[in-house]
Amino acid sequence: MISREWTVKSALLAIAAVLMILGGVPLYKHRHSQVPIVAGPGVTKVIKLSQFGPGLKGSPADTDVFVLEGKEPGGKVLIMSNTHANEPAGLLATLIMVENAVVEKGTLYVIPEFNASAGRNTKPGDGYPLYFDIPTEWGAKRFRMGNRDASPLEQWPDPDVYIHYPDKQLFSFLDVRNTNRTWPGRADGPLMERVTFAAMEMMRRDKIDIAIDMHGAETMFPVTNCIVAPQKSAKIATLVSMNVKAMEGFDNHVEPSPGNFRGLSHREIGDFSETLPFLLEAPIPFLDQPTGPKTVKLLLDGKDPFLLSLAKKKKLFVPYDESGWPMDKRVGQHCSVTLEIIRQYSKKNPDTAIKVAGIPRYGDLVKTGVGHYFHDPAKAEIKSIYYE
Amino acid sequence: MNVIMILYYLITAFIVVMVGWNFIREKKSVNDMILYLLVLIPLVLRLLRVK
Repeated sequence: MISREWTVKSALLAIAAVLMILGGVPLYKHRHSQVPIVAGPGVTKVIKLSQFGPGLKGSPADTDVFVLEGKEPGGKVLIMSNTHANEPAGLLATLIMVENAVVEKGTLYVIPEFNASAGRNTKPGDGYPLYFDIPTEWGAKRFRMGNRDASPLEQWPDPDVYIHYPDKQLFSFLDVRNTNRTWPGRADGPLMERVTFAAMEMMRRDKIDIAIDMHGAETMFPVTNCIVAPQKSAKIATLVSMNVKAMEGFDNHVEPSPGNFRGLSHREIGDFSETLPFLLEAPIPFLDQPTGPKTVKLLLDGKDPFLLSLAKKKKLFVPYDESGWPMDKRVGQHCSVTLEIIRQYSKKNPDTAIKVAGIPRYGDLVKTGVGHYFHDPAKAEIKSIYYE
Repeated sequence: MNVIMILYYLITAFIVVMVGWNFIREKKSVNDMILYLLVLIPLVLRLLRVK
């Protein structure tokens, strides 16, 4: 005869098991789901970042580097997205480049999932959705919604305080998993330092001329809708800002990279290599704190009544109205600013000019939508499909 | 996976065993039984490398 005690315990254990399965299975599936990428005609090879940092080899933080080489030699550009995997406009922009760009002169290096671990991490405490769908002509293309920091499953425990290498600046414990605080990194440091170290090595060894790091920032944060550039990149950034405003009609001001704020890509890439760094920030209302629920709709259209009310009180750092801040516009900004950086650099450096075709600009993306530029993996050659 | 991380997994496994043992030993308080199980859920999810 089973005692009352064990009847109660068995019932409670069953409830706990059900809760664990209901909570755990979606998280497990998210962590192991794959997004197919159709490498376009411009992709000449796909390498691993660990090629430049052996400490990454075999780890979940290793990531694909899509290389697009032109027929003519020229300058080299590195484009990174998902440094913060909860700012997905950059990811969509780099995937559009991988699937469509053709380089005529020079070389493009594209890393769509710079923090591959963060791309498989979630923020359930803030009610983040696990996925978002982009409509295309052949159906919805599903992407994982990631988190700002790498998963503790890959890098654990966190320290009480993250001491930046080599400047010894003190950061929040969380920043040890934030690949925009761990530059320039160490070959044998924590895993995220090994990611940034490998990228630094790639820039130094392959003599990359330009590095572009794509981000998104809250509308209530002053460093938003802008290009962050250190002194050595400031001239090009200013020309880019003026040109996109004059020719394409959107604002993208220049923010100077602060000399005493360490660990950021726009700071350390410039200080520890010959590469010219640029960090692009597109507004992402989804990340603002005083919004309604964190839904896929808010992520994609950027429309929120609370932000609208704050905009009327002039509390936001970007223009904001009933049209919100849609994903197409944000991805369009990243594409146009990237193309303009390449154009301005090439004008100043004709010997190492870069010519790229096939990347849509702001106007194209706002008109046709992001999904128009993604190719159907079901109709693509198997050898051209990569999984992120 | 580095040495410190492996040690943290061992610490987690130890706590899971201790909390589990307390759950088994608890005879009367249903509240305490629920509390032990709630504490166990995130630790087990971490051990299974789910979250």
